[in-house]
Amino acid sequence: MIAILDYRAGNLTSVKRALDHLNIPNEITNHEDVLRSSKGIIFPGVGAAGSAMRNLKENRLDHTIKSLILSGKPMLGICLGCQVILDESRENAAKTLGVIPGRCEQFSRDLYDESGQPINIPHMGWNSIQFKKECSLFEDIPQGSEFYFVHSYYPIPDPAYVIGITHYGLGFCSVFGRPGLWAMQFHPEKSGRPGLKILSNFYSYCLEKA
Amino acid sequence: MLSKRIIPCLDVRDGFLTKGVKFKGNVDIGDPVVTAGLYYEQGADEIVFYDITASAEGRKIMLKVVEKVASTIFIPFSVGGGISSLEDMRSTLLSGAEKISVNSAAVRNPDIISQGAEAFGSQCVVVGMDVLKVEKSGAIPSGYEIVIHGGRKHMGIDALWWAREVERLGAGEICLNSIDADGTKNGYELELTRLITDNVRIPVIASGGAGNPAHMVEAVTLGGASAALIASIVHYGEYSIPEIKEYMHQAGVKVRTDWH
Repeated sequence: MIAILDYRAGNLTSVKRALDHLNIPNEITNHEDVLRSSKGIIFPGVGAAGSAMRNLKENRLDHTIKSLILSGKPMLGICLGCQVILDESRENAAKTLGVIPGRCEQFSRDLYDESGQPINIPHMGWNSIQFKKECSLFEDIPQGSEFYFVHSYYPIPDPAYVIGITHYGLGFCSVFGRPGLWAMQFHPEKSGRPGLKILSNFYSYCLEKA
Repeated sequence: MLSKRIIPCLDVRDGFLTKGVKFKGNVDIGDPVVTAGLYYEQGADEIVFYDITASAEGRKIMLKVVEKVASTIFIPFSVGGGISSLEDMRSTLLSGAEKISVNSAAVRNPDIISQGAEAFGSQCVVVGMDVLKVEKSGAIPSGYEIVIHGGRKHMGIDALWWAREVERLGAGEICLNSIDADGTKNGYELELTRLITDNVRIPVIASGGAGNPAHMVEAVTLGGASAALIASIVHYGEYSIPEIKEYMHQAGVKVRTDWH
């Protein structure tokens, strides 16, 4: 069973629907014992970093999540969930979990796209990823596949953890992590076939590790 | 590099498409869930549902449709029409829509934009603008006026002012519909589209007037739009989404083509 971490940060049901569609057993939960007994955890989220951290702390979920990551529980952070894994976010000047060194920054209004137009903020729509490293979650996904992004802040993890870069006014890190702990700024649950494949690859990894 | 989005728009009444969709290959379907699934398979980047039922009963049916669509397609979709309160927004988002679109409700009560953005995030809140070209005047300096009720009611609001205002209030995106161009198949209202895209930083979806793929190229290049809304030209099988995207790709526009 894959646990979908419930910390009142939106889009839980869209992750659940995608897992249901893939016949992956799953449960939306904020209970420590369920999280512990799961084969892997998806840390989803849409919204602001500040309120997300408040909600996590309320249930001491911040401690639980950190200890589960340290114990080697596979985890996938999506969008806000990916940002919260880092040390801090400029959004609400929030101190975040600090599992991977790094921070989040807001897209500057002074950035321009390839055609010389000022970029729109949020970065909303389909964009591709340039891989710096192999990543088992992207196995069997064609090069050049695009994924659905919607965000105004972007992660800047420690360079050692960078897996993929996406271009939008600047090159930002859209996938980072290490085997067993991955974070992605886009929404695999809303990214059509390649996105669903990421989720099933994550489940395969969890089954192998369990 | 961000791709330009192609977004089919489906009108729904009492849970059925208002006009049966006739794809190439002569399939005639009235079911919005099945049709959304077909557009998803064909590579639509997003889908817009416009619920033209206004009744409470109709809204309940629409929520069921939204739930089914959310379990069938795994790309973003938005729902508009009849959403006039935070409660409407919440129930639609919880049923699985990625975004909700407000139009006349936002004109009547602009606070709904900021309240929706605060409660659910700007990325969920699309503001639909129906715009009519008028004489430039003191009240309407841009020469484009906001109208509601399909253009029957003039609101005395300047479209350029309104676009900036909805951005300030926290809208995540604008769906810009030209009433003049709507249904003509003569192309999008490019002057209006460029005026708005030059003056806001949130993404703008061009709507109204699509007759062929060249029009979509114009909307996202000359018009500066992030996306193009299409309806009848795909619903009646004049062009398929892969054909449109191939045309745009050949014209040098970045579109998502790897959907298989």
